Amino acid sequence: MNNHYYGWGLPIDISTHGWQIDRLINVMHVIMAVLFVGWVLFLIYALIRFRARAGHKAEYHVKHFKTPTFLEVAVAVTEVILLTAFSFPIWHSYTQEFPSRDKAVQIKVVAEQFAWNIHYSGKDGIFARSSPKLMTSTNPLGLDPDDPNGKDDAATINQLHIPVNTPVIVDLMSKDVIHSFSLPVMRVKQDAIPGQSVPLWFEAKQPGEFEIACAQLCGLGHYRMRGFFVVEEKDKFEQWMTEQSTQ
Amino acid sequence: MDDGTIDPMTHDYSHELPFWRKYIFSTDHKMIGIQYALTGLIFLLFGFGLMMLMRWQLAYPGQPLPGIGTWFSENVMPGGIMLPEFYNQLGAMHGTIMVFLGVVPLAVGGFGNFVLPLQIGAPDMAFPKLNMVSYWFLLTGGVIMFASFFVPGGAAQSGWTSYAPLSVIASSGQTWWLVGMTFLINSSLLGSVNFIVTTAQLRADGLSFNRLPFFVWAQFVTSFLLLLAFPPLMAAGILQLMDRVAHTSFFMPTGLVVSGQLLEGISGGGNAVLWQHLFWFLAHPEVYVLILPAMGIVAEVIACNTRKPLYGYKALVGSTIFLGFMSFIVWAHHMYLTGMGQNLSAFFQVTTMIISIPSIIILTTLILSLWGGAIRFTVPMLFALAFLPMFGIGGLTGLPLGLNAADIHLHDTYYVIGHFHYVVAPGTIFALFAGIYHWFPKATGRKMNDFLGRLHFWPSFVLMNCIFMPMLIQGLAGVSRRLYDPMQYAHAQPTQPLNVFISISAWCLALAQIPFIINFFWSLFAGKKVDQNPWEATTLEWTAPSPPPHGNFAQVPTVYRGPYEYSTPNAKKDFWPQSMKETN
Repeated sequence: MNNHYYGWGLPIDISTHGWQIDRLINVMHVIMAVLFVGWVLFLIYALIRFRARAGHKAEYHVKHFKTPTFLEVAVAVTEVILLTAFSFPIWHSYTQEFPSRDKAVQIKVVAEQFAWNIHYSGKDGIFARSSPKLMTSTNPLGLDPDDPNGKDDAATINQLHIPVNTPVIVDLMSKDVIHSFSLPVMRVKQDAIPGQSVPLWFEAKQPGEFEIACAQLCGLGHYRMRGFFVVEEKDKFEQWMTEQSTQ
Repeated sequence: MDDGTIDPMTHDYSHELPFWRKYIFSTDHKMIGIQYALTGLIFLLFGFGLMMLMRWQLAYPGQPLPGIGTWFSENVMPGGIMLPEFYNQLGAMHGTIMVFLGVVPLAVGGFGNFVLPLQIGAPDMAFPKLNMVSYWFLLTGGVIMFASFFVPGGAAQSGWTSYAPLSVIASSGQTWWLVGMTFLINSSLLGSVNFIVTTAQLRADGLSFNRLPFFVWAQFVTSFLLLLAFPPLMAAGILQLMDRVAHTSFFMPTGLVVSGQLLEGISGGGNAVLWQHLFWFLAHPEVYVLILPAMGIVAEVIACNTRKPLYGYKALVGSTIFLGFMSFIVWAHHMYLTGMGQNLSAFFQVTTMIISIPSIIILTTLILSLWGGAIRFTVPMLFALAFLPMFGIGGLTGLPLGLNAADIHLHDTYYVIGHFHYVVAPGTIFALFAGIYHWFPKATGRKMNDFLGRLHFWPSFVLMNCIFMPMLIQGLAGVSRRLYDPMQYAHAQPTQPLNVFISISAWCLALAQIPFIINFFWSLFAGKKVDQNPWEATTLEWTAPSPPPHGNFAQVPTVYRGPYEYSTPNAKKDFWPQSMKETN
């Protein structure tokens, strides 16, 4: 695990979509800083200028400001821009514009207390059938061993490997309670909710060894529900997949 | 006979009630207000204590807590080292206690009860006995919450949000939590009915709605929020209780496998996200329940200490009503990452951006109110002034969380914790301190000590920022909230020095409250005696004696003007009380 990926600011971003999120966060903070500094300067100036002292009297009729109206309009316009130019389009591409399933690496991630079960569909692109009734400690995904589609599947625990520069579609589920699948360096976070499967997609543009974090309190092991997230070159990924599915 | 209804014309003031009727089972709104306030303050201190324990584990993970670590049972802190179960209990109960047993009782129960009837010139609340019952419901709920630490498995440990299914499969402390919440909800419901009727019916002659002090408006709108938002949580709480004890499946989907075992004995078919919708349908208006009374207090203190009318009274009131209304349709911005599609999330983003506008209007109005004043830097004014930039940070940091694209990275990180604590800790709690210093002379006839007040304010102001500003930095780095041991994650390790800094600041903040505690008790007995209107304020409560007797006013006041006639031209003094007929 390379610690130099992380620091005091935003973590490094290795995703193709993350720059938009980072840009929005940065733009927001500039706007917030301008508003805040403006308020505070006004506040300090007013406190000094209008402090109670001998010979100074409060005014009943204060000359009306036009500034607040301008400020409100400016804030409203800014918010409209933030919504329409930034947030709506990003969310649209994040939740709606999925790459074609044929071209993407398809992965099921099934969260449980306190591990991430990772299930690859293999070359055929079809996942083996699974059922909660078959779930045991040795078969945490509850895969049906008789399903021919499962012959080339691969399953790991806490090991998420993906190829670089390839779209990945994750179908996210949970076996027990609500978890949240967080890949800080991919700017990906999504609740894993029992009873529903939520698809998400991302594409890494740089190899490296990172981590999966659980972002939603899921019980006493929440703090150690850490997985490994490895982005590697395509051939290395293929090789790893082969090793996994022959096991 | 005191039958709970008081007619100030015929009431016999010399009649002394027995101790238990006067101080324990009192129906007097002032005594009930004081009971609420003291209960709230004690729970605030207790909830803060829980957090100080957690801060040890966060700063020095896995190390034994020196000294007091040995006071705890082996089940929670063996050898002084905190277990994750206990950490989660402390976290869930810190949130629950601070919100429902600390701030709400003090802000609404305490200040609302004590000040509101006085400010509208009423002899008491509309339903004094109901008022008493609502306090005892609160205390019962508080005792249940406190006792739940001692049941097998300990207190609730699924966060103050109690998300299902985790909360449904949790140990018995969660059942106690649900029962405790039932009492707390009922307390607030009874209280809110009382406030609404009192404000609508018992205003003094001449006190029309456009002459109401802003504090009364804030409490009035708050009461509607409580009345309309709590019933859904009550229903949700009962459904969760049924899921736990009767094995229904309102929030339990089919096919749950817990610890490798298919969960037997439940029918399934429920929906885990339903709980979140019901919970946040309350809990977002609840945020405004925490903040509106604080804004009310700040407005009163600012008007009085600038010696001029508030700027834009109508904009303030209009924004507050609009804010109250909007607070009911923003709740799902807490749930962007539950798999929400484009349309729904767009709706909640738009409403969230809209609600920021009245908030900014209120804040701007209060800041502009300083312009042209003759500002007295009294202790309540210091706290009220500090509220403005602190609430400003709290509000502004809500914006990136309200835009779901930015929320992808910031959701459930320390950024969220920093954000809402800026709203409620140096925001609301500072306003509550302002209120305590401001109305203490009314409640006791004595003023709190000025030097100790400043000794309380300045360190608290600095330390609050030392605690919550670093959390925003940790959040930007992506550190998840509710982590028992932050050292487990590589991305959380670089900001670990901040955890040490925050923890030390939090413990110092506790020390900074000692001047307040000393001041509070010392001033009760030895504070400087003052007359009925030491701040030279205009609103009605200052025309009653300090402390006001049973029934409040010797003569029912009549109101002739608005609430903030300070420095009125041609008046002899710089304040013109609402009930004074002649030119001052």
